[in-house]
Amino acid sequence: MASENPTSVEYIKHHLQNWKVCKTDEGWVWNQCQDAGFWSINVDSVIFSFLLGAMFCFAFWRVAKSAKVENPGCWQSFVEMTFEFVDKSVKDTFHGKNPLIAPLALTIFVWIVLMNFMDLIPVDLLPWAADKINVLAFGAEPGHTYLKVVPTTDVNVTFGLSLGVFFLLLFYSIKVKGVGGFVGELTLHPFSSSNKLVQIILIPVNLLMELVGLLAKPISLGLRLFGNLYAGELLFILIAVLTSAGIGGFIGGGIAYMIWAIFHLLVIPLQAFIFMMLTIVYLSMAHEDH
Amino acid sequence: MSIDLTLAFTMIFFIGFVWFCMKFVWPPIMATIEERQNKIAEGLAASERSAKDLEEAQEKAADMVRDAKTQSAEIVDSAKKRHAEIVDSAKDDARAEADKIKNGAMAEIDQEVNRAREQLRSKVATLAVAGAEKVIERNIDESANNDLFDKLVKEL
Repeated sequence: MASENPTSVEYIKHHLQNWKVCKTDEGWVWNQCQDAGFWSINVDSVIFSFLLGAMFCFAFWRVAKSAKVENPGCWQSFVEMTFEFVDKSVKDTFHGKNPLIAPLALTIFVWIVLMNFMDLIPVDLLPWAADKINVLAFGAEPGHTYLKVVPTTDVNVTFGLSLGVFFLLLFYSIKVKGVGGFVGELTLHPFSSSNKLVQIILIPVNLLMELVGLLAKPISLGLRLFGNLYAGELLFILIAVLTSAGIGGFIGGGIAYMIWAIFHLLVIPLQAFIFMMLTIVYLSMAHEDH
Repeated sequence: MSIDLTLAFTMIFFIGFVWFCMKFVWPPIMATIEERQNKIAEGLAASERSAKDLEEAQEKAADMVRDAKTQSAEIVDSAKKRHAEIVDSAKDDARAEADKIKNGAMAEIDQEVNRAREQLRSKVATLAVAGAEKVIERNIDESANNDLFDKLVKEL
């Protein structure tokens, strides 16, 4: 809403813009970050991802504190259902002893589900409210407040998660196999030879292939989640544009919005589940000693 | 839409949440779930045990009922036997008593008959003497004829 009556393009662009703060030559500024580079922060992503994660921690911690063996309440039953689902997924895939894996998987799953679920809040609701607050409380110009409420549509958030997983993967690979074992895995597969000379020639080829495979893990993990949610959010925004096109557009847009929301209801836990499962698989591969 | 400082924040949050979850959330809830699973397993084992106990008790009860039945049959048998015995002995007693009474009555009747015969005999003798006195109209020496009368009386 760059102006009072934004065009569709302006509307969409507005909705895809993060609430940013960045370091420029004149110090830290708000929302003037076209070429700020690395030193900028998506404030909305940080706030919402933190709030949702804290919500998860607090809600589950309260259950943990008052967990009853007999006669568990509704909320405890729900939490336990989630636990058993995650625990089963971990036990089916990960055959080692590591007290980190299951809580890691649970955190990833619930946190991503919560962040994805922000997608089902009507696209204009929170940005509109934020705009009103900003105008009334801080005297900002209408339409100059930016807010993206779905943290997983921010590539920084998804890569933050996938890089966290990637570092754990490197850590456990080296811890379980040793530096030599890990380097050996990178250089001696998939092509190996009993002839020493041939083997030395093959090492760079192997290293290249394995490095691509290794780096593909965090990138695919982060981009898959980002792409799915970004596309979903974009479609919600496009449908929202459609609803402004007359009475037919309003009705058709409403129906389309509902259908896409129902479909998205499937995508949200599915993407969280995929992220969790791949994390478990990657870490279980890191624990396998050949 | 570029990589920036947000990523660092997210990673810090990620590490913090995972640490929190690992420290304060996962262990207590998992312990609760495991404890419940153990309890359920124990409960099932106990119910199985008690079902077996019940079966044994039922068998025992059936045995006891069977024993009681045979015992009661024995008691009824012996009671019947005893009843028959009592009835028999009562019959014998009654018969003996009846015999005694009958014998007593018979003896009395005999006595009465004898007495009556004696009376009759003495009356007949007196009558005969009186008749003879009247017929003959003579004084007969009574002592001379007494043995004759006695003979006559004995013949009666």
